[in-house]
Amino acid sequence: MLDEVATDIMITQVSDSLYTQLIKTYGGNLPSSEPHSLDEIRKQAFERFKSTGFPTVKQEDWKYTNVQPLVNRQHYALDTETLSAAIAIDKAIIPGLDAYRVVMVDGKYNADLSTAKDIPGLSVMPIDQAFERLCFAKYFSEYADKTDNPFVALNTALFTSGLFIEVGKNCQLQKPVHVIHVASASKPSFTQVRNLYVMSTFAEAEIIESFITNEGAAHSLNNTVSEIVVRENAKLQHYYLQVAGSQGNYLNHTEVYQEKHSLYNNYNCSFPGAAFIRNNINVRLGDSEVESHLYGVTLTADNQLVDNHTIVDHRKPHCESYEWYKNITQDTSTAVFNGKIFVRPDAQKTNAFQQNNNMLIGEKSAVYTKPQLEIFADDVKCSHGCTIGQFDNEALFYLQARGISEAQARVLLVHAFAFDVTSRFANAIVREYVEHLVEQGLKAG
Amino acid sequence: MLSIRNLHASVEAKQILKGLDLEVKAGEVHAIMGPNGSGKSTLGNVLAGREAYEVTAGEVLLDGKDLLELSPEDRAREGVFLAFQYPVEIPGVSNINFLKTALNEVRAYKGLPPLEAKEFLNKVKERQKLVEFDAKLANRSLNEGFSGGEKKRNEIFQLAMLEPKLAILDETDSGLDIDALRIVARGVNQLRSKDNAFIVITHYQRLLDYIVPDFVHVLYNGRIVRSGTKELALELEEKGYDWIKETVDAEGAV
Repeated sequence: MLDEVATDIMITQVSDSLYTQLIKTYGGNLPSSEPHSLDEIRKQAFERFKSTGFPTVKQEDWKYTNVQPLVNRQHYALDTETLSAAIAIDKAIIPGLDAYRVVMVDGKYNADLSTAKDIPGLSVMPIDQAFERLCFAKYFSEYADKTDNPFVALNTALFTSGLFIEVGKNCQLQKPVHVIHVASASKPSFTQVRNLYVMSTFAEAEIIESFITNEGAAHSLNNTVSEIVVRENAKLQHYYLQVAGSQGNYLNHTEVYQEKHSLYNNYNCSFPGAAFIRNNINVRLGDSEVESHLYGVTLTADNQLVDNHTIVDHRKPHCESYEWYKNITQDTSTAVFNGKIFVRPDAQKTNAFQQNNNMLIGEKSAVYTKPQLEIFADDVKCSHGCTIGQFDNEALFYLQARGISEAQARVLLVHAFAFDVTSRFANAIVREYVEHLVEQGLKAG
Repeated sequence: MLSIRNLHASVEAKQILKGLDLEVKAGEVHAIMGPNGSGKSTLGNVLAGREAYEVTAGEVLLDGKDLLELSPEDRAREGVFLAFQYPVEIPGVSNINFLKTALNEVRAYKGLPPLEAKEFLNKVKERQKLVEFDAKLANRSLNEGFSGGEKKRNEIFQLAMLEPKLAILDETDSGLDIDALRIVARGVNQLRSKDNAFIVITHYQRLLDYIVPDFVHVLYNGRIVRSGTKELALELEEKGYDWIKETVDAEGAV
């Protein structure tokens, strides 16, 4: 009780919002480094952010996802120093997975804990070491900054850390790359991380990203932007496994650009824990014969909010996209799904599928879902659908009448509900892990 | 094995069972017949523990244990099996996974270890053969895409897998053609033993040509109003339920 009162007082004393804090700290003083071509990009991005500020619920894209409490009521440290000695990554371990490991602590590459080194065809490095690379110059901010997400502009202007991955031409990685993002700062902090992943022509890889919270970490707000380029004939399987603690608040913007004959599959999984998660996953099918799959499983609990906004942008003919998101909400949590599919005038013979199914378990939980199709071509096959339901009591009773406990019956039914998505996981070990997390995250009764 | 005394039950505040008494001993088959709305299915559902049914008076003992105190799953683990009138389709739950989970939960309750994968599959094969249920179960969701007859036969197959003490067949004959009916009945007859008992709920005498009961009870207006041997079923078939209604109503009027 006393603690709560104390917090309240502290909140009223901090009158500075994150916006004014950022403008004060960085106005005319943006991060700068060689090559200076970045400086201009940062300057412009900062101007864009300055003019828009943080979004409010009055904006359609942020209608159900209010970031204002996050950016107004908390004082954040903008630069975090972490002690790598005390970092534990066991929460991210996927049983049975043999992978090249990359550990990022508060956005900073941790060489001691990472094992993805000296692997032929695979370049992994802190992003600031990649600034000189040709492909960095070519792809950095090329696609993400074309969107109107103010968090991207802010990230472009101010990021100082992140991860660069390049999988070389014709290289097929033997093992997945497991990127573990650890939030560890002991003071409330605002981190901005920028990633760029480039899949060269004919490259094939699997990138699995886990988000965890270190023991004793404070409240954090993480604004991450990942730009991904999948070049001609390349294939990328990309997993997001969100298992952070309740102190964690995440804004993840993923911008994918695909070239001819490429494949990009995203598997986006969120579990009880992080208080606030907003994912923007945009896939630009930039050439013909491109295939993209977006799968999502979201299981929420307590007062969590998980918002998945996706854009599938068909720009050229003969492409296929397939999107299926499942939300399961417990307690007083909220899930948001917004799926936009654009089929541009050039994109004839497009085949686009989208489905969103929701299962509300918590009587006071909520789901907001908005499938959107915008089709400007006339010879296309597009479908979308959306359902909302609850536990099927008939099915529950049927299972119980065969000796299966109510808790186990619920697990079976939720697995069944998620099956359309989990059965499509390319990696069986990750699938098993995700099914286990679903089981663990389901509350009895 | 089962003793039901003065059972009263209601659903949505409507009184359905109004003082039902029934004694079932191991090795016996009891048929419960009766006109529509007499409470036949309610009896099955009350015994299995369906939530919507409220027991307002009476008791049900299974080998001396108070059944009504138990959750549906514990009743099943104690050996009560309800073959559903309308088996539920559950897309995404595989037949095999479902059976394995059910069987192992029942075994765990009895303090037995889970069956080895091979033992389990052998048992599936053997029991499928026993009850002549040849539907492909692997990689198929529970009852999904099964015809009405297949669903009913799947119930009997589950019965064969779980080997309950007391099986309640709730209108298992409804929606079955004569061939399917024979197969279902043969399956049930294969499973009859001196240690288990069956309560066969049916509207028609037809099923009882194949599953020959030791006792026939007529349920009317929430109570058993006539009990007898299999001849009672034949008499019912001949005279119709109106005969029961008239005689019972007349007795009531006296």
